[in-house]
Amino acid sequence: MESRLHVLLLSALPWLLLAGPSGAADDSDDDDRQLSVIQPELERREIDPPAIDSEDFELGVFGGVMSIEDFGSNTVTGLRFSYHVTESFFGEAAYGRTDAGKTSYEILSGAANLLTDEQREYSYYSLSIGYNVLPGELFVGRRRALGAALYFVAGVGNTSFAGEDQFTLNFGAGARVLFTDWLAAHIDVRDQVFDSDLLGESKTTHNIGLHIGLTGFF
Amino acid sequence: MRAAIALLLLFTALPGFAGKTPRIVTVAENYLELRTGPGRGYPVFHTAESGETVEVLKQRTGWYKVRTRRDIDGWVSRADLAKTRETDGELVQVDVIELGDVVEHRWRAGFSTGDFGGANVLTVLGGYNFTNNLSIELSFAQATGPFAENVLATASLVHQFVPERRLTPFFSLTGGLVRTDPSATLVQTEDRTDQVAAAGAGVRAWITRRFVFRAEYRNYVVFTSRDDNQEIDEWKAGFTFFF
Repeated sequence: MESRLHVLLLSALPWLLLAGPSGAADDSDDDDRQLSVIQPELERREIDPPAIDSEDFELGVFGGVMSIEDFGSNTVTGLRFSYHVTESFFGEAAYGRTDAGKTSYEILSGAANLLTDEQREYSYYSLSIGYNVLPGELFVGRRRALGAALYFVAGVGNTSFAGEDQFTLNFGAGARVLFTDWLAAHIDVRDQVFDSDLLGESKTTHNIGLHIGLTGFF
Repeated sequence: MRAAIALLLLFTALPGFAGKTPRIVTVAENYLELRTGPGRGYPVFHTAESGETVEVLKQRTGWYKVRTRRDIDGWVSRADLAKTRETDGELVQVDVIELGDVVEHRWRAGFSTGDFGGANVLTVLGGYNFTNNLSIELSFAQATGPFAENVLATASLVHQFVPERRLTPFFSLTGGLVRTDPSATLVQTEDRTDQVAAAGAGVRAWITRRFVFRAEYRNYVVFTSRDDNQEIDEWKAGFTFFF
């Protein structure tokens, strides 16, 4: 309020000085002048019906290490696509693939292979809801600050492994660091949980991936 | 994977979200706070003064990136932008979805999960609203059970009541195809594709603008080539986003 008052008084000053010598002008004239002073000079531009570009989508790739229960760890690569609904919530679709290694039994026995090479292909997709927590800035040196947030995700999906499709739950957490408005790096951990009877008895398996990723907003 | 691709296609097929927000706005309140990022957690680092014009560059969720005349870029909340004025002096109309006003935002996409006749089912869906009450919905579902895997591609007509309420019931009529792949361990079975029809009901609950929780029940009839048709109950819950 104070600054507005200052602007008003200061900008009114030259008019008052000009108006001073000419004596008492009539009231309506005075009002007009006052008004023209208060109104800021606006740039009148011809603008098309403007469409503000919205950047609520995020698409990117990730890579990392995935540990498949009983079948060792291997590199995993994948794609990730998010839609940011609000500053807190986002929906995410992801696809990843890796290859299963050998079980301890297969290694120790020497020859007994439980799965063919084709069956060792492991791929999954997931549909998740994410929630951003602790948004803020990371300071890099003295002059740079990067936007960052931690997030939690949980969702459902499907895993194709050993020639079978398995309904899969996934949970995870990650950190997103924005290098620019649109370019972000991720570090995250996901646990893919599904029931498997591959080794005889049915059990719940946890398959944990550690990923780094690069995404762009558009 | 198929469902993921379907969802991706669905998202990319959606038209660009074109708001009605003007490019150049004038600060009408005493000041306009600029934050370093699009979120409440980012600090305010600059204020634009009353009467100053700022250029709106882009939008992310409920935040708008603006540039001041001194070339300072920062993020402004939707609520703050709604207090600025257009060059003709009118208050800026920011793009806000009122509850149930889905016609302004005709497209939606989402996913849900649940039980499909004893199998776990995962559905991705896309919808288009004709009116605030009536919409069409395309969905693609994968059900993995102990004996078979089903893939469903369906189209539904959905009627929702009292769309302006936070909690709204809806009814749906569905038709489509279902493919059944019996488990590899069961011998002498064949993959088959059948027509399917369903009637359903459910509720939608708005969590925030553009973000909706939904739960529904569907009763499917599978028109098999055998003597009698097969009935399947489906219960599922999930989330939908409006664009």
